Amino acid sequence: MIEVQGLTKYYGNVRAVDDISFTVEKGEILGFLGPNAAGKTTTMRIITGYMPASAGTVRVAGFDVFTNDLEVKKRIGYLPENPPLYMDMQVIEYLRFVAAIKGVNRKSIESEVKRVADKLSISTVLFKQISTLSKGYKQRVGFAQAILNDPPVLLLDEPTIGLDPKQIIEVRELIRSFSHDHTVILSTHILPEVSMTCNRVIIINEGKLVAVDTPENLTARLKGSESIHMEVEGPVDDIMNTLKQIPNVTAVSVAPARAAKKANISGYIIETDVGSDVRKDLSHSIVTKGWGLLEMKTESLSLEDIFLKLTTKEEVN
Amino acid sequence: MRNILSIFKRDLKGYFNSPIAYVVIGLFLIVTGIFFYLLLSSFLQYSYAAMMQRQGVPLNVNLMMIRPFLLNMSVIILFMIPIITMRSFSEEKKNGTIELLLTAPLTNWQIIIGKFLATYLLYLVMTGITVLFMALLFIWGDPELAPILIGYFGILLMGAALIAAGNFISSLTENQIVAAVGTFGLTMVLWIIGFASDFAGKIVGAILEYLSIVAHFEDFSKGVFDTSHLVFYLSMTFFMLFLTYQSVESSKWRA
Ligand SMILES: Nc1ncnc2c1ncn2[C@@H]1O[C@H](COP(=O)(O)OP(=O)(O)OP(=O)(O)O)[C@@H](O)[C@H]1O
Ligand SMILES: [Mg+2]
Repeated sequence: MIEVQGLTKYYGNVRAVDDISFTVEKGEILGFLGPNAAGKTTTMRIITGYMPASAGTVRVAGFDVFTNDLEVKKRIGYLPENPPLYMDMQVIEYLRFVAAIKGVNRKSIESEVKRVADKLSISTVLFKQISTLSKGYKQRVGFAQAILNDPPVLLLDEPTIGLDPKQIIEVRELIRSFSHDHTVILSTHILPEVSMTCNRVIIINEGKLVAVDTPENLTARLKGSESIHMEVEGPVDDIMNTLKQIPNVTAVSVAPARAAKKANISGYIIETDVGSDVRKDLSHSIVTKGWGLLEMKTESLSLEDIFLKLTTKEEVN
Repeated sequence: MRNILSIFKRDLKGYFNSPIAYVVIGLFLIVTGIFFYLLLSSFLQYSYAAMMQRQGVPLNVNLMMIRPFLLNMSVIILFMIPIITMRSFSEEKKNGTIELLLTAPLTNWQIIIGKFLATYLLYLVMTGITVLFMALLFIWGDPELAPILIGYFGILLMGAALIAAGNFISSLTENQIVAAVGTFGLTMVLWIIGFASDFAGKIVGAILEYLSIVAHFEDFSKGVFDTSHLVFYLSMTFFMLFLTYQSVESSKWRA
């Protein structure tokens, strides 16, 4: 349904998106994951036809965005990062207006507005002026706007931002309900959101594609690796050197928050190869050197850690 | 067509939901009203004096009253245009609603024409109310109708060109103040080059004179209809709309 090929975007000299390619099948929900400034919004804007790519092609339902943007726009519902609302309008006026420019025929406008208002639970605020709505309600009106005229493709740029926990759950369920007959790309920084709603995840960082996989595979791929947190009394440099010598230890660092809490006592984070248990070796070598082992515990990587690992400079694999 | 109408209605609602429309119309009526009053009272003084001296020939209302009034109005219009058009595109850029319009299945022309028509209608309402002043003259006097109609036709044409220019400037920036000041600068230049043309050489002077947006209005104010002025205003309007199109489209140029 969506084919992105070699997409590259420069803002002046800044390369915001760098040679990204991926496809999204019909009925799929794709999570677009990346830290701030990764290029998520830029990619979405190019897919919607809001701005052109510097290089590469985007096809939606077979239509090239650059040469046939009107056909693409007819098929896309888009919720931008900042919901595009007219503050001086009532919610209902606004939705009627958007329905009209999206080509909902005149007779169906009222029922279509009612349909999306029910879906986003905004029926109670239909006659309020948009400027008086809370942030969460504004976000919902923005979402409602995106699904007017029931477009087959939805692009949602951080759809749950600003919502309360209950609403977040409802909106995620709503997004899930679009699978099968809609194609959805949703961008987010929130990992649980991706594992809860998406069939597939793309992680991008600094404009580059870092990983594409299902949320389960992605977690499984990295879940094996663990980190060990320790608190040791003794000279920091010597300890670091000794620990690094131990087989299967891949990295040793001083836990930033716990560095030199008291004289000579520091926290350390030890990362190890997948599937190895080095706790015994660690404790043994510390005790033989005559340092004090005050605390030791293992922590498995959460999705957050995986995300950080993938998007920070450290090499994975 | 339906899309143009949707944009047009939305924008118009925006103007009348905000104080802009009322400020523009109110201010314009006050200023033109003052000029009308001053012109009328001096006209009455002259005619009274003329009557006392038994000159026999009644003074011409069209010549002494309506013509200077229309000329005054054309200059006041230059000051109002920036306030009318400053929001047009700038507000959408600022609020991000331009992202809605540019990702909806609309063509750029539909957006531009819709917006142009909304600002133009506000202009028509603003200038249209001054027809009431003319009505007063008909109640108490006996002016000729044709020159007045031609004069207002000129107001209509000049407005289209200026409103299009204002929309163009507004499409260049997301800052309404910059849009207003820019448009004001442009209208002032188009006005002042008329005076400048007197001091320039023959050819340059003719070019400047031709570009002076108010100079073309003079004939209209006299009740003289000349197609060359019609052509000037219409080409100016289309040229400005074309520039607006380029400006909106430029966001889609591959960079
Ligand atoms: N209009 C613009 N002009 C210049 N640079 C831009 C523009 N929009 C984005 N950028 C730059 O492009 C890069 C990618 O930005 P983008 O908004 O796509 O990131 P993002 O992944 O959506 O980030 P966030 O999570 O903060 O929304 C950033 O470095 C940003 O500064
Ligand atoms: Mg973003």
